[in-house]
Amino acid sequence: MTKRISLFDIFNTLIMLVVVSFTLYPFLYLVAQSFSSEAAIYAGKVSIYPVEFTTQTYEVILSKPDFFRYYGNTILYSVLGTFIAVAATAVMSYPLSKPKLRLNKFFIPFVLFTMYFGGGLIPNYILVAKTLGMRDTIWAIVIPGAISAFNVILMKTFFASLPNEVEEAGRVDGLGVFGIFTRIVLPLSKPILATIMLFVMVGMWNNWFGPSLYLQSKEKWPIALYLKQIIDNAVSPTEIGASSEQTSQIAASVKSTAMVLTSLPIICIYPFVQRYFVQGMMIGSVKG
Amino acid sequence: MATQARSKLSDTTPLWKHVRKEWKLYAFLVIPVIYFVIFKYMPMIGNVIAFRKYRGGPSILGSEWVGFTYFEMFMKDPTFWRAFFNDLTLSVSYLVVKFPLTLGFALLLNEITKMRWKKFVQTVSYLPHFISIVIVAGMVKEMVSLTGPINSLVAWLGYERIAFISLPEWFPTIYVSSGIWQSLGWGTILYLAAMTGINTELYEAAKIDGGSRLRLAMHVTIPGILPTIMVLLILDIGSILSSNFEKILLLYNPLTYETADVISTYVYRMGITGGNFSYATAVGLFEGIIGLILVTIANELSKRTTQSSLW
Repeated sequence: MTKRISLFDIFNTLIMLVVVSFTLYPFLYLVAQSFSSEAAIYAGKVSIYPVEFTTQTYEVILSKPDFFRYYGNTILYSVLGTFIAVAATAVMSYPLSKPKLRLNKFFIPFVLFTMYFGGGLIPNYILVAKTLGMRDTIWAIVIPGAISAFNVILMKTFFASLPNEVEEAGRVDGLGVFGIFTRIVLPLSKPILATIMLFVMVGMWNNWFGPSLYLQSKEKWPIALYLKQIIDNAVSPTEIGASSEQTSQIAASVKSTAMVLTSLPIICIYPFVQRYFVQGMMIGSVKG
Repeated sequence: MATQARSKLSDTTPLWKHVRKEWKLYAFLVIPVIYFVIFKYMPMIGNVIAFRKYRGGPSILGSEWVGFTYFEMFMKDPTFWRAFFNDLTLSVSYLVVKFPLTLGFALLLNEITKMRWKKFVQTVSYLPHFISIVIVAGMVKEMVSLTGPINSLVAWLGYERIAFISLPEWFPTIYVSSGIWQSLGWGTILYLAAMTGINTELYEAAKIDGGSRLRLAMHVTIPGILPTIMVLLILDIGSILSSNFEKILLLYNPLTYETADVISTYVYRMGITGGNFSYATAVGLFEGIIGLILVTIANELSKRTTQSSLW
Protein backbone atom coordinates (compact mmCIF):
# COMPACT_ATOMS: atom_id res chain seq x y z
CA MET A 1 0.00 0.00 0.00
CA THR A 2 2.57 2.57 1.12
CA LYS A 3 4.90 1.46 -1.65
CA ARG A 4 2.28 2.08 -4.31
CA ILE A 5 1.59 5.56 -2.95
CA SER A 6 5.24 6.54 -2.96
CA LEU A 7 5.55 5.27 -6.51
CA PHE A 8 2.71 7.54 -7.47
CA ASP A 9 4.41 10.44 -5.69
CA ILE A 10 7.56 9.91 -7.71
CA PHE A 11 5.57 9.82 -10.92
CA ASN A 12 3.68 12.96 -9.90
CA THR A 13 6.89 14.80 -9.05
CA LEU A 14 8.32 13.87 -12.43
CA ILE A 15 5.26 15.23 -14.22
CA MET A 16 5.52 18.45 -12.23
CA LEU A 17 9.20 18.76 -13.13
CA VAL A 18 8.28 18.37 -16.79
CA VAL A 19 5.63 21.11 -16.51
CA VAL A 20 8.02 23.44 -14.66
CA SER A 21 10.79 23.00 -17.22
CA PHE A 22 8.37 23.26 -20.15
CA THR A 23 7.14 26.57 -18.69
CA LEU A 24 10.52 28.03 -17.83
CA TYR A 25 12.51 26.90 -20.84
CA PRO A 26 11.48 29.68 -23.27
CA PHE A 27 12.43 32.29 -20.67
CA LEU A 28 15.80 30.69 -20.05
CA TYR A 29 16.39 30.44 -23.77
CA LEU A 30 15.63 34.14 -24.29
CA VAL A 31 17.93 35.18 -21.46
CA ALA A 32 20.67 32.88 -22.74
CA GLN A 33 20.33 34.20 -26.26
CA SER A 34 20.33 37.84 -25.16
CA PHE A 35 23.75 37.37 -23.53
CA SER A 36 25.25 35.25 -26.31
CA SER A 37 27.44 36.23 -29.23
CA GLU A 38 26.09 36.50 -32.73
CA ALA A 39 28.26 33.61 -33.94
CA ALA A 40 26.97 31.27 -31.24
CA ILE A 41 23.34 32.19 -31.96
CA TYR A 42 23.60 31.63 -35.70
CA ALA A 43 25.40 28.34 -35.15
CA GLY A 44 22.45 27.21 -33.01
CA LYS A 45 24.76 26.61 -30.03
CA VAL A 46 22.63 28.46 -27.48
CA SER A 47 20.27 26.32 -25.43
CA ILE A 48 19.92 27.23 -21.76
CA TYR A 49 23.05 29.20 -20.86
CA PRO A 50 24.81 32.07 -22.67
CA VAL A 51 27.52 31.04 -25.14
CA GLU A 52 30.45 33.45 -25.59
CA PHE A 53 28.97 35.78 -22.99
CA THR A 54 28.49 39.41 -24.01
CA THR A 55 26.41 42.31 -22.75
CA GLN A 56 26.85 44.32 -25.95
CA THR A 57 23.19 44.16 -27.02
CA TYR A 58 22.00 45.43 -23.65
CA GLU A 59 24.55 48.24 -23.75
CA VAL A 60 23.42 49.35 -27.20
CA ILE A 61 19.70 49.26 -26.42
CA LEU A 62 20.09 51.02 -23.10
CA SER A 63 22.47 53.67 -24.45
CA LYS A 64 19.72 55.30 -26.52
CA PRO A 65 16.81 57.17 -24.93
CA ASP A 66 14.21 55.43 -27.16
CA PHE A 67 13.74 52.44 -24.98
CA PHE A 68 13.22 54.53 -21.87
CA ARG A 69 10.79 56.85 -23.64
CA TYR A 70 8.58 53.97 -24.73
CA TYR A 71 8.89 52.50 -21.27
CA GLY A 72 7.83 55.85 -19.83
CA ASN A 73 4.74 55.87 -22.05
CA THR A 74 3.83 52.39 -20.87
CA ILE A 75 4.18 53.47 -17.25
CA LEU A 76 2.03 56.55 -17.88
CA TYR A 77 -0.74 54.55 -19.61
CA SER A 78 -0.65 51.82 -16.99
CA VAL A 79 -0.82 54.17 -14.01
CA LEU A 80 -3.47 56.49 -15.40
CA GLY A 81 -5.50 53.65 -16.92
CA THR A 82 -5.43 51.67 -13.70
CA PHE A 83 -6.47 54.66 -11.62
CA ILE A 84 -9.45 55.41 -13.85
CA ALA A 85 -10.47 51.77 -14.09
CA VAL A 86 -10.30 51.03 -10.37
CA ALA A 87 -12.11 54.22 -9.38
CA ALA A 88 -14.88 53.72 -11.94
CA THR A 89 -15.28 50.03 -11.14
CA ALA A 90 -15.57 50.72 -7.41
CA VAL A 91 -18.09 53.54 -7.90
CA MET A 92 -20.23 51.36 -10.14
CA SER A 93 -20.02 48.21 -8.03
CA TYR A 94 -20.99 49.79 -4.73
CA PRO A 95 -24.65 50.55 -5.49
CA LEU A 96 -24.94 47.29 -7.45
CA SER A 97 -23.96 45.42 -4.27
CA LYS A 98 -26.99 46.80 -2.40
CA PRO A 99 -29.97 44.41 -2.67
CA LYS A 100 -32.28 47.16 -1.39
CA LEU A 101 -31.86 49.12 -4.64
CA ARG A 102 -34.79 47.96 -6.72
CA LEU A 103 -33.45 49.23 -10.03
CA ASN A 104 -30.52 46.82 -9.70
CA LYS A 105 -32.88 44.27 -11.21
CA PHE A 106 -32.36 46.23 -14.39
CA PHE A 107 -28.78 47.45 -13.97
CA ILE A 108 -27.16 44.09 -13.18
CA PRO A 109 -28.37 42.34 -16.36
CA PHE A 110 -27.45 45.56 -18.21
CA VAL A 111 -23.85 45.02 -17.08
CA LEU A 112 -23.84 41.21 -17.41
CA PHE A 113 -25.07 41.22 -20.99
CA THR A 114 -21.85 42.88 -22.11
CA MET A 115 -19.94 39.77 -21.01
CA TYR A 116 -21.65 37.69 -23.69
CA PHE A 117 -22.11 40.12 -26.53
CA GLY A 118 -20.06 43.04 -27.71
CA GLY A 119 -20.05 45.52 -30.55
CA GLY A 120 -17.21 43.85 -32.37
CA LEU A 121 -13.95 45.24 -33.66
CA ILE A 122 -15.12 47.60 -36.41
CA PRO A 123 -17.98 49.38 -34.56
CA ASN A 124 -15.66 49.86 -31.58
CA TYR A 125 -12.97 51.26 -33.80
CA ILE A 126 -15.38 53.65 -35.54
CA LEU A 127 -16.75 54.82 -32.20
CA VAL A 128 -13.38 55.54 -30.61
CA ALA A 129 -11.43 56.75 -33.63
CA LYS A 130 -14.10 58.54 -35.65
CA THR A 131 -17.22 59.37 -33.66
CA LEU A 132 -15.40 60.34 -30.46
CA GLY A 133 -12.25 61.53 -32.24
CA MET A 134 -9.91 59.94 -29.69
CA ARG A 135 -7.44 58.73 -32.28
CA ASP A 136 -3.81 59.40 -31.42
CA THR A 137 -4.67 60.50 -27.89
CA ILE A 138 -3.98 58.86 -24.57
CA TRP A 139 -7.76 58.64 -24.00
CA ALA A 140 -8.18 56.00 -26.69
CA ILE A 141 -5.86 53.82 -24.60
CA VAL A 142 -7.11 54.40 -21.06
CA ILE A 143 -10.87 54.96 -21.44
CA PRO A 144 -12.54 52.37 -23.73
CA GLY A 145 -11.60 49.35 -21.61
CA ALA A 146 -11.84 51.06 -18.22
CA ILE A 147 -14.79 49.16 -16.75
CA SER A 148 -15.30 45.49 -17.47
CA ALA A 149 -18.37 43.53 -16.44
CA PHE A 150 -16.13 40.84 -14.97
CA ASN A 151 -14.35 43.28 -12.63
CA VAL A 152 -17.68 44.85 -11.62
CA ILE A 153 -19.04 41.42 -10.66
CA LEU A 154 -15.88 40.66 -8.66
CA MET A 155 -16.05 43.90 -6.73
CA LYS A 156 -19.80 43.81 -6.23
CA THR A 157 -19.50 40.30 -4.76
CA PHE A 158 -16.81 41.50 -2.38
CA PHE A 159 -18.78 44.58 -1.26
CA ALA A 160 -21.85 42.44 -0.68
CA SER A 161 -19.83 40.18 1.63
CA LEU A 162 -18.91 43.07 3.98
CA PRO A 163 -20.94 42.95 7.20
CA ASN A 164 -23.81 45.42 7.28
CA GLU A 165 -22.93 46.49 10.83
CA VAL A 166 -19.82 48.45 9.81
CA GLU A 167 -21.81 50.67 7.47
CA GLU A 168 -24.49 51.01 10.12
CA ALA A 169 -21.79 52.19 12.57
CA GLY A 170 -20.69 54.83 10.06
CA ARG A 171 -24.25 56.05 9.73
CA VAL A 172 -24.52 56.37 13.50
CA ASP A 173 -21.33 58.43 13.47
CA GLY A 174 -23.06 60.83 11.09
CA LEU A 175 -21.40 59.80 7.82
CA GLY A 176 -23.37 60.21 4.60
CA VAL A 177 -23.52 57.70 1.76
CA PHE A 178 -20.35 59.03 0.17
CA GLY A 179 -18.51 59.19 3.50
CA ILE A 180 -19.40 55.58 4.27
CA PHE A 181 -18.15 54.55 0.85
CA THR A 182 -14.81 56.37 1.00
CA ARG A 183 -14.02 56.08 4.72
CA ILE A 184 -15.43 52.68 5.60
CA VAL A 185 -16.14 50.50 2.59
CA LEU A 186 -13.05 51.28 0.50
CA PRO A 187 -10.52 50.85 3.34
CA LEU A 188 -12.10 47.49 4.16
CA SER A 189 -11.90 46.44 0.52
CA LYS A 190 -8.14 46.70 0.04
CA PRO A 191 -7.76 43.05 -1.05
CA ILE A 192 -10.24 43.33 -3.91
CA LEU A 193 -8.99 46.79 -4.87
CA ALA A 194 -5.47 45.37 -5.07
CA THR A 195 -6.68 42.44 -7.15
CA ILE A 196 -8.51 44.58 -9.68
CA MET A 197 -5.71 47.11 -9.74
CA LEU A 198 -3.28 44.35 -10.67
CA PHE A 199 -5.63 42.79 -13.25
CA VAL A 200 -5.99 46.13 -15.01
CA MET A 201 -2.35 47.08 -14.64
CA VAL A 202 -1.05 43.88 -16.21
CA GLY A 203 -3.57 44.28 -19.02
CA MET A 204 -2.49 47.87 -19.62
CA TRP A 205 1.20 47.00 -19.40
CA ASN A 206 0.81 44.26 -21.98
CA ASN A 207 -1.65 46.09 -24.22
CA TRP A 208 -0.46 46.43 -27.79
CA PHE A 209 -3.53 46.01 -29.96
CA GLY A 210 -5.35 49.14 -28.76
CA PRO A 211 -2.26 51.31 -29.19
CA SER A 212 -1.55 49.77 -32.60
CA LEU A 213 -5.08 50.70 -33.71
CA TYR A 214 -5.22 54.20 -32.32
CA LEU A 215 -1.72 55.65 -31.91
CA GLN A 216 -0.12 56.91 -35.11
CA SER A 217 2.60 59.10 -33.60
CA LYS A 218 5.59 56.99 -32.73
CA GLU A 219 6.49 59.18 -29.74
CA LYS A 220 3.26 58.08 -28.03
CA TRP A 221 3.89 54.36 -28.44
CA PRO A 222 4.05 52.06 -25.44
CA ILE A 223 6.97 49.65 -25.18
CA ALA A 224 4.87 46.72 -26.43
CA LEU A 225 4.44 48.38 -29.84
CA TYR A 226 8.13 49.16 -30.11
CA LEU A 227 8.88 45.58 -29.17
CA LYS A 228 6.56 44.34 -31.90
CA GLN A 229 8.44 46.46 -34.44
CA ILE A 230 11.72 44.97 -33.26
CA ILE A 231 10.32 41.43 -33.50
CA ASP A 232 9.04 42.18 -37.01
CA ASN A 233 12.53 43.35 -38.05
CA ALA A 234 11.00 46.76 -38.72
CA VAL A 235 13.65 48.63 -36.73
CA SER A 236 17.16 48.60 -38.18
CA PRO A 237 20.16 47.99 -35.89
CA THR A 238 21.39 51.54 -36.60
CA GLU A 239 18.05 52.95 -35.44
CA ILE A 240 18.42 50.98 -32.25
CA GLY A 241 21.81 52.62 -31.82
CA ALA A 242 24.35 50.13 -33.14
CA SER A 243 27.62 51.28 -34.69
CA SER A 244 28.57 49.57 -37.96
CA GLU A 245 30.64 46.83 -36.29
CA GLN A 246 27.84 46.12 -33.81
CA THR A 247 25.18 45.68 -36.50
CA SER A 248 25.26 41.91 -36.83
CA GLN A 249 25.44 41.33 -33.08
CA ILE A 250 22.36 43.51 -32.64
CA ALA A 251 20.53 41.79 -35.46
CA ALA A 252 21.14 38.43 -33.82
CA SER A 253 20.05 39.15 -30.26
CA VAL A 254 18.06 42.37 -30.17
CA LYS A 255 14.74 40.52 -30.15
CA SER A 256 15.52 38.34 -27.17
CA THR A 257 17.12 41.25 -25.32
CA ALA A 258 14.12 43.50 -25.90
CA MET A 259 11.77 40.72 -24.79
CA VAL A 260 13.78 40.17 -21.61
CA LEU A 261 13.82 43.90 -20.84
CA THR A 262 10.08 44.24 -21.43
CA SER A 263 8.97 41.27 -19.38
CA LEU A 264 11.41 41.94 -16.54
CA PRO A 265 9.15 44.19 -14.44
CA ILE A 266 6.25 41.73 -14.63
CA ILE A 267 8.46 38.77 -13.76
CA CYS A 268 10.03 40.64 -10.82
CA ILE A 269 6.76 41.81 -9.29
CA TYR A 270 4.73 38.73 -10.14
CA PRO A 271 5.78 36.31 -7.35
CA PHE A 272 4.81 38.88 -4.72
CA VAL A 273 1.42 39.79 -6.12
CA GLN A 274 0.40 36.40 -7.50
CA ARG A 275 -1.87 35.63 -4.55
CA TYR A 276 -4.06 38.67 -5.34
CA PHE A 277 -4.76 37.32 -8.82
CA VAL A 278 -5.62 33.88 -7.52
CA GLN A 279 -7.81 35.41 -4.85
CA GLY A 280 -9.61 37.49 -7.47
CA MET A 281 -10.33 34.43 -9.58
CA MET A 282 -11.66 32.64 -6.49
CA ILE A 283 -14.07 35.45 -5.58
CA GLY A 284 -15.17 35.55 -9.20
CA SER A 285 -15.80 31.82 -9.28
CA VAL A 286 -18.16 31.97 -6.32
CA LYS A 287 -20.53 34.09 -8.35
CA GLY A 288 -19.46 32.85 -11.76
CA MET B 1 -34.32 43.19 11.55
CA ALA B 2 -34.79 46.87 10.89
CA THR B 3 -33.28 46.67 7.39
CA GLN B 4 -35.49 43.74 6.56
CA ALA B 5 -38.60 45.64 7.55
CA ARG B 6 -37.48 48.64 5.51
CA SER B 7 -36.78 46.64 2.36
CA LYS B 8 -40.18 44.96 2.67
CA LEU B 9 -41.73 48.39 2.86
CA SER B 10 -39.81 49.67 -0.18
CA ASP B 11 -41.21 46.87 -2.33
CA THR B 12 -44.64 48.37 -2.03
CA THR B 13 -43.69 52.05 -2.25
CA PRO B 14 -43.91 53.62 -5.72
CA LEU B 15 -40.70 53.51 -7.70
CA TRP B 16 -40.18 57.27 -7.81
CA LYS B 17 -40.35 57.46 -4.02
CA HIS B 18 -37.79 54.67 -3.78
CA VAL B 19 -35.45 56.45 -6.20
CA ARG B 20 -35.89 59.75 -4.39
CA LYS B 21 -35.07 58.12 -1.08
CA GLU B 22 -31.97 56.32 -2.41
CA TRP B 23 -30.88 58.95 -4.93
CA LYS B 24 -27.44 59.29 -3.37
CA LEU B 25 -26.65 55.65 -4.07
CA TYR B 26 -28.17 55.80 -7.54
CA ALA B 27 -26.07 58.90 -8.25
CA PHE B 28 -22.98 56.65 -8.09
CA LEU B 29 -24.28 54.86 -11.17
CA VAL B 30 -24.72 57.89 -13.40
CA ILE B 31 -21.23 58.15 -14.89
CA PRO B 32 -20.57 54.39 -15.08
CA VAL B 33 -23.92 53.79 -16.78
CA ILE B 34 -23.21 56.55 -19.29
CA TYR B 35 -19.86 54.87 -19.85
CA PHE B 36 -21.58 51.52 -20.49
CA VAL B 37 -24.04 53.13 -22.88
CA ILE B 38 -21.28 54.82 -24.87
CA PHE B 39 -18.54 52.20 -24.85
CA LYS B 40 -20.48 48.92 -24.67
CA TYR B 41 -23.93 49.55 -26.12
CA MET B 42 -23.16 52.16 -28.77
CA PRO B 43 -20.80 49.75 -30.60
CA MET B 44 -23.62 47.18 -30.56
CA ILE B 45 -25.84 49.76 -32.24
CA GLY B 46 -22.89 50.61 -34.46
CA ASN B 47 -23.44 47.22 -36.07
CA VAL B 48 -26.16 48.90 -38.15
CA ILE B 49 -23.43 49.81 -40.62
CA ALA B 50 -23.49 46.14 -41.60
CA PHE B 51 -26.81 47.01 -43.25
CA ARG B 52 -25.70 50.40 -44.61
CA LYS B 53 -23.13 51.59 -47.10
CA TYR B 54 -20.86 53.27 -44.54
CA ARG B 55 -18.15 55.39 -46.13
CA GLY B 56 -15.94 56.22 -43.17
CA GLY B 57 -17.29 59.42 -41.63
CA PRO B 58 -17.74 60.17 -37.93
CA SER B 59 -21.43 59.26 -38.03
CA ILE B 60 -22.69 55.72 -38.44
CA LEU B 61 -26.00 57.04 -39.73
CA GLY B 62 -26.83 58.92 -42.88
CA SER B 63 -25.61 56.48 -45.50
CA GLU B 64 -28.11 54.46 -47.52
CA TRP B 65 -29.56 51.14 -46.37
CA VAL B 66 -28.46 48.12 -48.32
CA GLY B 67 -30.23 45.39 -46.35
CA PHE B 68 -28.47 42.05 -46.29
CA THR B 69 -26.22 42.79 -49.27
CA TYR B 70 -23.01 42.45 -47.26
CA PHE B 71 -24.21 39.24 -45.63
CA GLU B 72 -24.97 37.75 -49.03
CA MET B 73 -21.54 38.91 -50.18
CA PHE B 74 -19.58 37.17 -47.47
CA MET B 75 -21.71 34.04 -47.66
CA LYS B 76 -20.46 33.68 -51.24
CA ASP B 77 -16.89 34.54 -50.27
CA PRO B 78 -14.59 31.47 -50.10
CA THR B 79 -12.12 33.42 -47.92
CA PHE B 80 -14.84 33.87 -45.33
CA TRP B 81 -15.60 30.15 -45.29
CA ARG B 82 -11.92 29.32 -45.05
CA ALA B 83 -11.68 31.63 -42.03
CA PHE B 84 -14.82 30.09 -40.55
CA PHE B 85 -13.47 26.54 -40.76
CA ASN B 86 -10.02 27.60 -39.56
CA ASP B 87 -11.68 29.11 -36.51
CA LEU B 88 -13.48 25.85 -35.83
CA THR B 89 -10.40 23.73 -36.41
CA LEU B 90 -8.12 25.85 -34.23
CA SER B 91 -10.60 26.22 -31.35
CA VAL B 92 -11.74 22.62 -31.35
CA SER B 93 -8.22 21.22 -31.49
CA TYR B 94 -7.16 23.61 -28.74
CA LEU B 95 -10.16 22.68 -26.60
CA VAL B 96 -9.65 18.95 -27.11
CA VAL B 97 -6.01 19.19 -26.01
CA LYS B 98 -6.44 21.81 -23.31
CA PHE B 99 -9.42 20.43 -21.46
CA PRO B 100 -8.07 17.03 -20.39
CA LEU B 101 -4.55 18.40 -19.81
CA THR B 102 -5.77 21.18 -17.52
CA LEU B 103 -8.08 18.88 -15.60
CA GLY B 104 -5.36 16.25 -15.28
CA PHE B 105 -2.83 18.83 -14.14
CA ALA B 106 -5.27 20.17 -11.54
CA LEU B 107 -5.90 16.65 -10.22
CA LEU B 108 -2.18 15.96 -9.98
CA LEU B 109 -1.53 19.32 -8.27
CA ASN B 110 -4.23 18.41 -5.79
CA GLU B 111 -2.34 15.20 -4.93
CA ILE B 112 0.87 17.01 -3.96
CA THR B 113 1.29 16.79 -0.21
CA LYS B 114 4.37 19.01 0.19
CA MET B 115 2.83 22.48 0.32
CA ARG B 116 5.97 24.43 -0.60
CA TRP B 117 6.58 22.32 -3.69
CA LYS B 118 2.94 22.73 -4.70
CA LYS B 119 3.17 26.52 -4.28
CA PHE B 120 6.33 26.58 -6.35
CA VAL B 121 4.81 24.57 -9.20
CA GLN B 122 1.72 26.79 -9.16
CA THR B 123 3.72 30.02 -9.15
CA VAL B 124 5.82 28.89 -12.09
CA SER B 125 2.94 27.52 -14.12
CA TYR B 126 0.78 30.66 -13.71
CA LEU B 127 3.57 32.94 -14.92
CA PRO B 128 2.99 32.71 -18.71
CA HIS B 129 -0.54 34.04 -18.22
CA PHE B 130 0.94 37.42 -17.29
CA ILE B 131 3.34 37.73 -20.18
CA SER B 132 2.41 40.13 -22.96
CA ILE B 133 1.03 38.40 -26.05
CA VAL B 134 3.64 40.29 -28.08
CA ILE B 135 6.35 38.57 -26.07
CA VAL B 136 4.60 35.20 -26.27
CA ALA B 137 4.44 35.48 -30.05
CA GLY B 138 8.04 36.68 -30.18
CA MET B 139 9.12 33.74 -28.04
CA VAL B 140 7.26 31.30 -30.27
CA LYS B 141 9.01 32.72 -33.31
CA GLU B 142 12.40 32.42 -31.59
CA MET B 143 11.69 28.87 -30.45
CA VAL B 144 10.69 27.64 -33.90
CA SER B 145 13.16 29.71 -35.94
CA LEU B 146 15.60 27.89 -38.19
CA THR B 147 18.43 28.31 -35.68
CA GLY B 148 16.20 27.97 -32.62
CA PRO B 149 16.13 25.13 -30.09
CA ILE B 150 13.34 23.13 -31.72
CA ASN B 151 15.15 23.03 -35.01
CA SER B 152 18.38 22.20 -33.22
CA LEU B 153 16.57 19.15 -31.87
CA VAL B 154 15.21 18.35 -35.33
CA ALA B 155 18.72 18.59 -36.79
CA TRP B 156 20.18 16.52 -33.96
CA LEU B 157 17.66 13.79 -34.74
CA GLY B 158 19.01 13.84 -38.27
CA TYR B 159 16.21 15.61 -40.12
CA GLU B 160 16.23 18.74 -42.27
CA ARG B 161 15.51 21.95 -40.40
CA ILE B 162 11.87 23.06 -40.83
CA ALA B 163 10.65 26.62 -41.48
CA PHE B 164 7.74 26.08 -39.06
CA ILE B 165 6.42 29.65 -39.07
CA SER B 166 5.89 29.80 -42.83
CA LEU B 167 4.36 26.35 -43.32
CA PRO B 168 0.55 26.25 -43.12
CA GLU B 169 0.49 22.62 -41.97
CA TRP B 170 2.40 23.57 -38.81
CA PHE B 171 0.24 26.50 -37.77
CA PRO B 172 -2.39 24.54 -35.77
CA THR B 173 0.38 22.79 -33.82
CA ILE B 174 2.08 26.08 -33.04
CA TYR B 175 -1.24 27.65 -32.05
CA VAL B 176 -2.30 24.81 -29.76
CA SER B 177 1.04 24.22 -28.07
CA SER B 178 1.70 27.89 -27.39
CA GLY B 179 -1.85 28.10 -25.98
CA ILE B 180 -1.12 25.20 -23.64
CA TRP B 181 2.08 26.89 -22.56
CA GLN B 182 0.19 30.09 -21.78
CA SER B 183 -2.80 28.67 -19.95
CA LEU B 184 -2.10 25.21 -18.53
CA GLY B 185 -1.33 26.51 -15.05
CA TRP B 186 -3.78 29.39 -14.93
CA GLY B 187 -6.57 27.13 -16.15
CA THR B 188 -6.29 24.99 -13.00
CA ILE B 189 -7.17 27.80 -10.58
CA LEU B 190 -10.93 27.38 -10.71
CA TYR B 191 -10.64 23.59 -10.44
CA LEU B 192 -8.36 23.90 -7.42
CA ALA B 193 -10.76 26.39 -5.86
CA ALA B 194 -13.63 23.96 -6.39
CA MET B 195 -11.56 21.11 -4.90
CA THR B 196 -10.96 22.97 -1.65
CA GLY B 197 -14.75 23.20 -1.35
CA ILE B 198 -15.27 19.43 -1.37
CA ASN B 199 -16.35 18.06 2.00
CA THR B 200 -13.35 16.27 3.55
CA GLU B 201 -15.67 13.76 5.21
CA LEU B 202 -16.34 12.32 1.76
CA TYR B 203 -12.63 11.54 1.44
CA GLU B 204 -12.46 10.07 4.94
CA ALA B 205 -15.44 7.83 4.23
CA ALA B 206 -13.98 6.68 0.93
CA LYS B 207 -10.61 5.99 2.58
CA ILE B 208 -12.25 3.82 5.23
CA ASP B 209 -13.85 1.89 2.39
CA GLY B 210 -10.30 1.27 1.18
CA GLY B 211 -10.41 3.51 -1.88
CA SER B 212 -7.11 4.09 -3.67
CA ARG B 213 -6.03 7.61 -4.65
CA LEU B 214 -7.15 6.99 -8.19
CA ARG B 215 -10.58 5.87 -6.99
CA LEU B 216 -10.83 8.88 -4.67
CA ALA B 217 -10.08 11.15 -7.61
CA MET B 218 -12.61 9.40 -9.84
CA HIS B 219 -15.43 9.07 -7.32
CA VAL B 220 -15.02 12.06 -5.02
CA THR B 221 -12.92 14.80 -6.62
CA ILE B 222 -14.29 14.74 -10.16
CA PRO B 223 -17.98 14.62 -9.13
CA GLY B 224 -17.23 17.40 -6.63
CA ILE B 225 -15.89 19.74 -9.29
CA LEU B 226 -18.33 18.75 -12.02
CA PRO B 227 -20.25 22.07 -11.88
CA THR B 228 -16.97 23.95 -12.43
CA ILE B 229 -16.03 21.64 -15.29
CA MET B 230 -19.39 22.28 -16.93
CA VAL B 231 -19.26 26.07 -16.54
CA LEU B 232 -15.77 26.21 -18.03
CA LEU B 233 -16.86 23.96 -20.87
CA ILE B 234 -19.84 26.24 -21.60
CA LEU B 235 -17.58 29.28 -21.74
CA ASP B 236 -15.17 27.47 -24.06
CA ILE B 237 -17.93 26.31 -26.38
CA GLY B 238 -19.31 29.84 -26.49
CA SER B 239 -15.97 31.13 -27.68
CA ILE B 240 -15.46 28.47 -30.31
CA LEU B 241 -15.65 31.03 -33.09
CA SER B 242 -13.32 33.43 -31.35
CA SER B 243 -9.85 31.97 -31.46
CA ASN B 244 -7.08 33.95 -29.85
CA PHE B 245 -7.25 36.89 -32.24
CA GLU B 246 -4.20 38.83 -31.06
CA LYS B 247 -1.96 35.79 -31.02
CA ILE B 248 -2.95 34.80 -34.54
CA LEU B 249 -2.50 38.36 -35.77
CA LEU B 250 1.03 38.30 -34.36
CA LEU B 251 1.92 34.82 -35.58
CA TYR B 252 0.36 34.40 -38.99
CA ASN B 253 1.61 35.68 -42.33
CA PRO B 254 0.35 35.46 -45.93
CA LEU B 255 2.14 32.13 -46.33
CA THR B 256 0.06 30.55 -43.56
CA TYR B 257 -3.33 32.24 -44.17
CA GLU B 258 -4.55 28.93 -45.54
CA THR B 259 -4.74 27.44 -42.04
CA ALA B 260 -4.22 30.49 -39.82
CA ASP B 261 -6.63 33.13 -41.07
CA VAL B 262 -9.69 33.17 -38.79
CA ILE B 263 -12.85 35.28 -38.80
CA SER B 264 -11.51 37.98 -36.50
CA THR B 265 -8.25 38.38 -38.41
CA TYR B 266 -10.24 38.44 -41.65
CA VAL B 267 -12.46 41.19 -40.18
CA TYR B 268 -9.32 43.08 -39.17
CA ARG B 269 -7.76 42.87 -42.62
CA MET B 270 -10.95 43.73 -44.46
CA GLY B 271 -12.05 46.52 -42.12
CA ILE B 272 -9.06 48.18 -40.50
CA THR B 273 -6.46 47.52 -43.19
CA GLY B 274 -8.75 47.44 -46.23
CA GLY B 275 -11.32 50.06 -45.21
CA ASN B 276 -14.32 47.86 -46.13
CA PHE B 277 -16.01 48.79 -42.87
CA SER B 278 -19.56 47.66 -43.64
CA TYR B 279 -18.49 44.31 -45.06
CA ALA B 280 -16.17 43.61 -42.12
CA THR B 281 -18.87 44.64 -39.64
CA ALA B 282 -21.31 42.19 -41.23
CA VAL B 283 -18.79 39.38 -40.79
CA GLY B 284 -18.03 40.44 -37.22
CA LEU B 285 -21.71 40.64 -36.32
CA PHE B 286 -22.27 37.16 -37.68
CA GLU B 287 -19.45 35.88 -35.46
CA GLY B 288 -20.85 37.67 -32.39
CA ILE B 289 -24.34 36.31 -32.87
CA ILE B 290 -23.14 32.75 -33.44
CA GLY B 291 -21.13 33.07 -30.22
CA LEU B 292 -24.17 34.25 -28.29
CA ILE B 293 -26.28 31.39 -29.68
CA LEU B 294 -23.59 28.84 -28.83
CA VAL B 295 -23.29 30.01 -25.21
CA THR B 296 -27.06 29.94 -24.82
CA ILE B 297 -27.35 26.41 -26.21
CA ALA B 298 -24.44 25.10 -24.16
CA ASN B 299 -25.88 26.76 -21.06
CA GLU B 300 -29.30 25.15 -21.63
CA LEU B 301 -27.74 21.73 -22.19
CA SER B 302 -25.69 22.02 -19.04
CA LYS B 303 -28.67 23.21 -17.03
CA ARG B 304 -30.63 20.14 -18.08
CA THR B 305 -27.89 17.57 -17.61
CA THR B 306 -25.96 18.78 -14.56
CA GLN B 307 -27.99 21.64 -13.05
CA SER B 308 -24.99 23.95 -13.35
CA SER B 309 -25.22 27.02 -15.54
CA LEU B 310 -24.01 30.55 -16.07
CA TRP B 311 -27.43 32.13 -15.69
